[in-house]
Amino acid sequence: MTALLEVEDLKVAYGKIQAVKGISFKVEAGEVVTLIGTNGAGKTTTLRTLSGLLKPVGGQIKFNGKSLKKIPAHEIVSHGLAHSPEGRHIFPRMTIEDNLRLGAFLRNDKAGIDKDIQRSYDLFPILGERRKQAAGTLSGGEQQMLAMGRALMSQPKLLMLDEPSMGLSPIMMQKIMATIAELKAQGTTILLVEQNAQAALSLADHGHVMEVGNIVLSGSGHDLLHDESVRKAYLGVD
Amino acid sequence: MNELPQQLVNGLLLGSMYGLVALGYTMVYGIVQLINFAHGEIFMTGAFGALTVYVYILPDGTSMLIALPLMLIGAMIISTTVAVGAERFAYRPLRGGPRLAPLITAIGLSLALQQAVWAWYPEAKSARTFPSIPGGPFEIGTVTIQTGDVFVLCAAPLSMAILGYFVMRTRTGRGMQATAQDPDTAKLMGVNTDRIIVVAFALGAIFAAVGGVAYGLKYGQIDFRMGFILGLKAFTAAVLGGIGNIYGAMLGGLVLGIAEALSTAYISDIPGMQQFGSQSWANVWAFVLLILVLLFRPQGLLGERVADRA
Repeated sequence: MTALLEVEDLKVAYGKIQAVKGISFKVEAGEVVTLIGTNGAGKTTTLRTLSGLLKPVGGQIKFNGKSLKKIPAHEIVSHGLAHSPEGRHIFPRMTIEDNLRLGAFLRNDKAGIDKDIQRSYDLFPILGERRKQAAGTLSGGEQQMLAMGRALMSQPKLLMLDEPSMGLSPIMMQKIMATIAELKAQGTTILLVEQNAQAALSLADHGHVMEVGNIVLSGSGHDLLHDESVRKAYLGVD
Repeated sequence: MNELPQQLVNGLLLGSMYGLVALGYTMVYGIVQLINFAHGEIFMTGAFGALTVYVYILPDGTSMLIALPLMLIGAMIISTTVAVGAERFAYRPLRGGPRLAPLITAIGLSLALQQAVWAWYPEAKSARTFPSIPGGPFEIGTVTIQTGDVFVLCAAPLSMAILGYFVMRTRTGRGMQATAQDPDTAKLMGVNTDRIIVVAFALGAIFAAVGGVAYGLKYGQIDFRMGFILGLKAFTAAVLGGIGNIYGAMLGGLVLGIAEALSTAYISDIPGMQQFGSQSWANVWAFVLLILVLLFRPQGLLGERVADRA
C-alpha cells in the first residue's frame, strides 16, 4: 500500500545554503497532514519544491506512485497537485471569477468548470457576491478564500495550503480553519503548512515539526498538540 | 485654423503606426519586464521582408491588391523569426540573471540587426524604394488622406481588435495575463510560461511587421536605420500609455502622433517660437509631452499602480 504522496530524504538548497536537509514524510489519501515550525524552518521551500517551482538537490518525491522530480512546474497541476501559495498570490487585476477560471486552466469541461465555480461560491459566499470585482480589491481573508477556491478548481488529488491564516484577523482565521475542516470532511486530502500550530494540529491527522530544514518531531495531530516540547516551543504554553 | 481636422488625421495616422510598434514593447515588458530595444529593428526587418517579397519573389508588375497581402505575410514571417530567434538565443539564456544583462543584449542586438541588413541586404546601404498603392489621394471634406495611409487606418484598429480578443478570450491570452501578473503562480495553474513568453515576442513581431509595411507605404522608402527613431517613439508611446497595457500602447501612440502633428502645425504660429515648429523639433515636443505626462501620472495614461498586492 503506497501513500498518495511520499517524500523521501528531500534536500533543497538555495545556492550553498541548504534550506531543506533531507526530510521524509507521507500523505495518505483522505488525510490532513500539517508541517509546522517557525519562519525559515523550510516549510514553504518544501511545498515550492513539491510543486516544481524549486528543484531538489537530492531525495525522492513520489505522487500517486510517480516521481515528480523531473516534471516542470506547469505540468505538476495536471498530475493532481494544487498549491495555494504563501501570501495568497491571487491575480490582482483579474476578476474573482477569472481567478477561479485560471485555477481550471488545463480543464476542458466547460460545464464541470461552471459547476465547480458555483461550488467555490457555495463554500465562500462573499466570492460569489463579488464575482465581477478585481481580486486586488479584496481583503486579506477574502483573498485567502479566493486562493483556496482557485486551487480547488483543478480538482486536485492533493491540496497544498501554505500559511492560509497568515496576517488574518482572529475571526477570519477561524473562518478559514473551519473551511479547511469542511474540506477535510468532504474527503479532500490536504497538506497544510502553518505557523499557527494550535489550529493546524487540531485539524490534522498527522503533524511534523520542522526546525532549520529538518523534521524534528512527528506524530498524530492529537499527540503533538499535547506534547510537552511542542506546547512549550510553538503553543506558548509553559 | 481650418487645417485642424487635417492635422488631427495626420497625427492619427502617424500615431497608429507608433501604436502598432508600441504593442510589442508593452507586451514583452508586461511579461518579462524587459525593454526589448531591438524591437525597432524587428519592425525594420519586417519592412525589408515585405520588400523582399515584392522585389525578389513576385513577378514584376503584380497588382498591389495581390501583392500587399503577400508582402504582409512575408513581413510577419521575417519579423517573427527574428523576434523568436532573439528570445531563444539571446534573451532566454540570460533569464534569471541580472536585469542589466538582457537590456545590454537588446541594445547590442539592435545594432547587430541594423548592420546585418546594411551589409547583406542588396543595395541597402542607401534607402530603398518601397512599392506604393496606386490611386489618387482621397478627399473627405477638408481632409486629404494619401492612398498609402489607408492601409494603416484599417490595419491599426483591426490589429487592436484581434489582439484584444486574443488576450481576453483565448486560453493562451488568459495565460498571458496570468504570467504578466504573477509568473510563478501562473505556473502553479498549469501555464507554460516559457511558451507564453515566445507568444508575446511573436505577437509583438507580427504587429511590428504590420507597422513596417505601413511605414513603407506611407514614406515610399525604407532603410536599415528606420527602426531607431521609430522604435524610440513607439517605446515612448508604450510608456506614455502605461507600459504593460496593450490599450495604453495604442492610446499612447495616438496621443504622441497627434501631439507631433499639432506641434509642427501650430508651434511656429506662436510669437517668438517660429524656430521650434519644424519637423525635427517634433521629436523634442514628443518627449516633452512624455515628461509632462510622467510628472503627473508616473504609471502612464492607462497604467496601474503596482501596489495592490495585499
